[in-house]
Amino acid sequence: MFKLRDKYAIAGIGNTDYTKASGRTVRSLATEACLKAIEDAGLTVADIDGIVSFNFNDSAPAIGVATEMGIENAGYAVDYAAGGNGANLITLAATAAIEAGLAKTVVCFRAMNGRSGFRLGGGRDLSAYGVTQYTAPLGWITYPQAMAMWARRHMIDYGTTEEHWAEIATTFRDNAVINERAMQRTPMSKDDYYNSRFIVDPFRMYDICLESDGACAVVITAAEHARDLKQKPVYIMGGAYGGGPTQGDDLFDAIRWPSHSHNCFKYLADDLWGSAGIGPEDVDVAEIYDCFTYSVLMALEGLGFCKEGEGGPFVMGGRIARGGALPLNTHGGLLSEAYIHGFNHVIEAVEQLRGTSGARQIQGAEIALTTAGAMTCGSAMILRN
Amino acid sequence: MQSPYNKPLPVPDSESTPFWDGMREGKLVLQRCASSGDYLFPPVTFCPGSLERPEWVAASGKGTVFSWITVRHPVPRDIYAGDVPYVVAIVALDEGCRMTGNLVGCTPEAVRAGMPVEIVFNRVTPEITLPAFRPVGD
Repeated sequence: MFKLRDKYAIAGIGNTDYTKASGRTVRSLATEACLKAIEDAGLTVADIDGIVSFNFNDSAPAIGVATEMGIENAGYAVDYAAGGNGANLITLAATAAIEAGLAKTVVCFRAMNGRSGFRLGGGRDLSAYGVTQYTAPLGWITYPQAMAMWARRHMIDYGTTEEHWAEIATTFRDNAVINERAMQRTPMSKDDYYNSRFIVDPFRMYDICLESDGACAVVITAAEHARDLKQKPVYIMGGAYGGGPTQGDDLFDAIRWPSHSHNCFKYLADDLWGSAGIGPEDVDVAEIYDCFTYSVLMALEGLGFCKEGEGGPFVMGGRIARGGALPLNTHGGLLSEAYIHGFNHVIEAVEQLRGTSGARQIQGAEIALTTAGAMTCGSAMILRN
Repeated sequence: MQSPYNKPLPVPDSESTPFWDGMREGKLVLQRCASSGDYLFPPVTFCPGSLERPEWVAASGKGTVFSWITVRHPVPRDIYAGDVPYVVAIVALDEGCRMTGNLVGCTPEAVRAGMPVEIVFNRVTPEITLPAFRPVGD
C-alpha cells in the first residue's frame, strides 16, 4: 500500500493545446507541457532533476525531452511502457523516486500525436504475434472492439443499457461545452447520442473517446517544498496501481480475466482508500478514465461508489453532473475534452482543487479522485487541497 | 506469388504451434495441466504458478457464447469493408476455459448469451485455419 500520504504534492501543471493535427514533433509537445508546468510552479529547469513518462512507443523518451528542456542532471529519467493505466502510475513513481532520494523535483508528462501520428484507435500491426494470434485474425483489432466485448458482458450480467451510456456521454459533453480546452464543444443531446452510428455493437460513435494530439505535464515535489512555491499545493493523499489476477500480456489478453463485468479497480480499491484514509463518500469530484462510456461504470462499481452491476442506475438523474452529488469528468473527459491518455484528468483535478476551473468549478471541492485504465490494469490517486 | 489473403494472420510460436497444427488438421487441441485438471487458453509454456508443463489434449469444440461484439465500422477499412457486419465471440468451452472465434451461421441479431455453439474450422490459407463457432440446434 502507498505509504506517503500527504508527503508529496503536485506543485505545477502544464498542457499544450489539444488538436487533431499538431504539426509538431511529440518531443516538442512534451517539452512545452513540461516547461509550462515548471513555470506554473514558479520553478526553473535548473530545479528539475527527474523526469518520468509513459508511452506505447508513440512518444518522446524522457531523456530526449530532458535534453530539449536543458535539464542539467536528470538523475531519474524513466519511461514506463504503459497505456491508459499509466497516468497515475507515473506520478506515484515520482513520489517513490523522491522518497528514495533519487530526485528532488520531478516532472511527469504524457505526450502524443494521437490523431495525426500513431492512432491507438485506428488499428494495430496486422502481424499477429503473441496473444494477438487469437484476436486480430478474427477481425478483433481495435480498442473499441476490445472494450465492446466487456460492455456486452455487463449488459448480460446486470441489464445495463445504452440509456446509461447516453447519460455519461451527454453529461461529459455538457462539461466540455464550457471548457475552453476541450476539442468537442458542440452540445450533444440524448437524440444526438442515439443517432450516432454503431461502430461496434454495443458501442455507438459517442461511446468512444476522441483521438488527440497534445501533451500534459505535472511537477511533483515534497509537500514542505511545494508550500514555498507559487501555487497552492495539491497533496497526494493516496494512490494504487495494478489490478488483480491474469492481467495478461496486453489489454486484449483478457480471455482469462475473471469477469468482464468488473475491471482492475475492484482489485485496487482497498489499497487506494486505505492509503488515503478516506472512502468514496468523501470524494467531491472525480475524473474517471473514460476511453469508453462503459469504463466509467466499472470504475465507479469497482471503487465502491456503488455495488457491482448498479453503475448504470447510479449515474442517472443528474448525480454525475456538475450540480450532482458526485460530479464526474468536469473537463469533458477523454470522450469530449481530449485523449491525452488520462493525464488530462490529473490536470483537471488539480485545477478543481486549486479552485481555478472557472465555469466548471465545483464549489468547495477539497478531495478529488483520478483514475487511469479501463481493463485489467490501472492506477488511481486521491488528491486534496 | 503473394497470397491474396490480406487479413491479419497468426504467427505461430513455440507455445502455439500445436494449436495451429491442430486447427489445420481440423482438430481442436487444448492444453491441460495434469496436476489440476484445468484446461488453458491461450497456450503457455508453464502451468500457472509452477514449472509443470501442460499436456496437449483433444477438446470437444463445444461451449456457449460468453460475450460477443458485432463489428459494423470496418478497421482497417480497406481490409474489412466487405465483411461487416461480422461477429467475434468469446466462447466458454465445456472444458472450462474460454476461447475466441468468429461466430458464423447466424445473424448478429440472433446471437444470445449462453447460446450453445460448436467449433467450425475456417481455412483461410494452406497453413492457417482459424477457429469459428456456429450455433448448435437442440
